[in-house]
Amino acid sequence: MTIATRPPRHSFRFRGRNFLALVLRPEPPFTDWFAELDQWLARSPGFFTGKPLILDLAGLKLERAEIAALIEELRTRAIRILGIEGGDPAVLDDSLPPSLTGGRTSGSVEAIETIARRPEASDAIKTAPPAAPGSRVPSLLVETPVRSGQTIINAEGDVIILGSVASGAEVIAAGSIHVYGALRGRALAGAYGNESARVFCRRFEAELIAVGGYYKVTEETDTHLRQKPVQAWLAGNELKIASLDQTEKEAVQWRKS
Amino acid sequence: MAEVLVVTSGKGGVGKTTSTAALGAALAQSGQNVVVVDFDVGLRNLDLVMGAERRVVYDLINVANGDVRMPQALIRDKRIDTLYLLAASQTRDKDALTEEGVRRAIGELRDRFDWVICDSPAGIERGATLAMRFADLAVVVTNPEVSSVRDSDRIIGLLDSKTVKAAKGERMEKLLLVTRYDKVRAGRGDMLSIDDVLEILSIPLIGIIPESEEVLRASNLGAPVTLANAASAPARAYMDAARRLKGETVPMTIPSERRTLLTKLFGRRAA
Repeated sequence: MTIATRPPRHSFRFRGRNFLALVLRPEPPFTDWFAELDQWLARSPGFFTGKPLILDLAGLKLERAEIAALIEELRTRAIRILGIEGGDPAVLDDSLPPSLTGGRTSGSVEAIETIARRPEASDAIKTAPPAAPGSRVPSLLVETPVRSGQTIINAEGDVIILGSVASGAEVIAAGSIHVYGALRGRALAGAYGNESARVFCRRFEAELIAVGGYYKVTEETDTHLRQKPVQAWLAGNELKIASLDQTEKEAVQWRKS
Repeated sequence: MAEVLVVTSGKGGVGKTTSTAALGAALAQSGQNVVVVDFDVGLRNLDLVMGAERRVVYDLINVANGDVRMPQALIRDKRIDTLYLLAASQTRDKDALTEEGVRRAIGELRDRFDWVICDSPAGIERGATLAMRFADLAVVVTNPEVSSVRDSDRIIGLLDSKTVKAAKGERMEKLLLVTRYDKVRAGRGDMLSIDDVLEILSIPLIGIIPESEEVLRASNLGAPVTLANAASAPARAYMDAARRLKGETVPMTIPSERRTLLTKLFGRRAA
């Protein structure tokens, strides 16, 4: 009689929590809408990666099979739906994501001006199945200088920039960041938790440099590293920045000792 | 085929309007048909710098809205026959501009002129994006100091993403015009050098305009500096830049004021 020995549980403790979710509203005809979505995804691959997404079906009269087909189409684009808003309760059942109500509108998410490309992105998105864990992820090559105010995002792999990253520009990568010009803006490597990511640049003048969420601003970096080729990596909980130039490094160590 | 050129900078007060007037006048002086268009709706200045403020009847907004025909709004310069001004409205704001209206107005100007020079307002909002929207090439005006350079960099990014040409996947030509350059102060390191600016912005240089009191004098006279005092250093620099715009190869020099022994002895004359 083990049950009798347990203290009686009077209530469960639940916690409320707010999340910001993106809402997708498909517009008929769906073939056109998906074509537009594909175009947009080609420019910003990985935009939806790891983001909670709600499907807004308000105003659309859809059968259960049609909704399921819609969700399946989105799934092939690596977009996973967390819940459905505005759907007809008579149509929704357990096979579909749960119905949600009471959402409040927050500001629209700014996705314009964000350049996030990768070679033959449009083809890759359409044909490539979602990358299996541990498989090679495509890196993003940017051949033009990154201008102030621009953001380069690769939510899957590395970012390689042949030109400079201007003051006020931002580069975000799930993997490492390589800048072959001057890095004057911000570089956030391992932005989705990859702590083995690194930042490399040929001329270090960055405003902010971060790996796996640990960051340093220019003021906290050694002045002798400025304008030098450097790399930044995470050692435990510390973000380290060192010159790539070995002789320079040795000279510094010699001066310290 | 007309060239539509936008003079832009992001930052205010770097010399967009001065440069628009000076380049427009310099091109017109060389026999080209030129119109300068003020896009700074609500804060118009180009009419003052061109000395036409008392002759503005209709403006860009009237034309864009289809209230008047283009010839009614064009103001011919009194000094050069081939130079025209299309003023901005002072009583409206930038929201009065519509993309369709601007497209129509620019299209009409293309048929009439060799050069359509759009004077962009400062900032990156509606006025500035509409001024650059239909341009074929851009002159990015930059002062040799860090804030101006960074704002110019931002504008270059917008030129590459928000113009019709960029949207079509074509390359938007961007040319750098450095204004208010002071050789002595750059030499002392008080100012960024031309090399520093070029290194950061990495676009071709179209001209270097030296800092000069002639510029202020000219705008107070209501004349483009190339007309007010054609022999002055900034006027010569603008004329060189205009020749480069036309495709001529002109060696890049920074003209300086001709200083005689007398002016050296008595210092600067009052502006």
